[in-house]
Amino acid sequence: MGVDRRAFLKIAGLTGLLGLGGKTAIEWVAPGKVEAQLDTPPVTKGKRWAMVIDANALDDELMDVCIQACHREHNVPDLDDPKVEIKWMWKEEYAHTFPGQKHDFIGDDIKHRHFLLLCNHCTNPPCCRVCPTKATWQREDGIVMMDQHRCIGCRFCMAACPFGVRSFNWGDPRKAPEEKNPDFPTNVKYPTRSMGVVEKCTFCAERLAKGQLPACVEAANEIKKNALTFGDLDDPDSAVRELLRKHYTIRRKPELGTEPNVFYIV
Amino acid sequence: MYDGGKIITGLIIGLLVLFLWPFFYDRGGRAGVAPKPELTPKAKEAGACVAPTPYMREYHMQLLDDWRHTVVRDGERYYDTSKGTWQLRVLADIEDATANAGERHYKDVQKKVYYKSLQVTCMDCHSNKSKFCDECHNYMGIDPYCWDCHIEPKENK
Repeated sequence: MGVDRRAFLKIAGLTGLLGLGGKTAIEWVAPGKVEAQLDTPPVTKGKRWAMVIDANALDDELMDVCIQACHREHNVPDLDDPKVEIKWMWKEEYAHTFPGQKHDFIGDDIKHRHFLLLCNHCTNPPCCRVCPTKATWQREDGIVMMDQHRCIGCRFCMAACPFGVRSFNWGDPRKAPEEKNPDFPTNVKYPTRSMGVVEKCTFCAERLAKGQLPACVEAANEIKKNALTFGDLDDPDSAVRELLRKHYTIRRKPELGTEPNVFYIV
Repeated sequence: MYDGGKIITGLIIGLLVLFLWPFFYDRGGRAGVAPKPELTPKAKEAGACVAPTPYMREYHMQLLDDWRHTVVRDGERYYDTSKGTWQLRVLADIEDATANAGERHYKDVQKKVYYKSLQVTCMDCHSNKSKFCDECHNYMGIDPYCWDCHIEPKENK
């Protein structure tokens, strides 16, 4: 053995440093190498999808257009009963949208104004933490996705979500009242859901895969440009980043630390 | 035992009827004939599926399972026939795949990229669900729950 006491101590010290420092230590010795090695090529790498909603550009009529576009695209039935309703996108008053911001002296204009709500696709989603089957999880591009094949309908995610964006199918959506849903299913290229699963907005993952914008954004853009803007937060030149730089924006319940990725210009 | 002879004779006749009932029920001998899925003109014209026919016949459920997993969970929505998993199996364990047959079927499948979707891609060609899917599924006594959510094509029956 050619290792003397001095060499042994050197090796032990270096190993200890690497062990303690981990990635940082390697970064110090050989910058950039670890990142390159950890790189596996996911489909939507380097993206963090987000939406900016210009509340000043939206009126009730336009919001209804967005909601309908979404619900028709994804075969969301109108069940005509708030107890069992299913919603991917809906509108709500100021006090319910930003409960932390409300006080008694808000002007009537803001107080009774409606805001467009959808899944916030939080960076730190509590729904994914509680799902026992990983039926809901966060994709690499930040989308909080639902796998209906795997959902067992335990509704932990609904309890965990502070924004109420998740709906449960109490019955078979295909048995929705006919007079309210005359042409259901409205999109034959998209599945319906079955009884006993939870559903919510997926930022139109299936449309993004084809290079299209989410249905609500597309519908809004046809009537009013830039009312809804969808884009990548990781890209400093994206339209959403530009809007966030230029305008003062707020998010729903930021104090909870879930880091919502839907921003409101008010 | 009173009337032992009658009771035992009755039991034997009952058992015989019970056991022979399937043969009587299938007196045409049709139960042994597996139904043949019917191809639509569109499917015939296309000539090739996303994988060779023998593979599709035996493993379509695995392919569909693989599709749903990779599409929903990995976001990989396109299927390249030249990279399909079927190639691993086609020579190995398919009943009628001798080396030659395997090669022949390999040529049948053109290199093509498909959008992975039961509802949009599969049922576009195989728009006759009742004759193509149900025929065999009913025969095998299985009831896949695909159609609880995925919308089946409208058929002119």
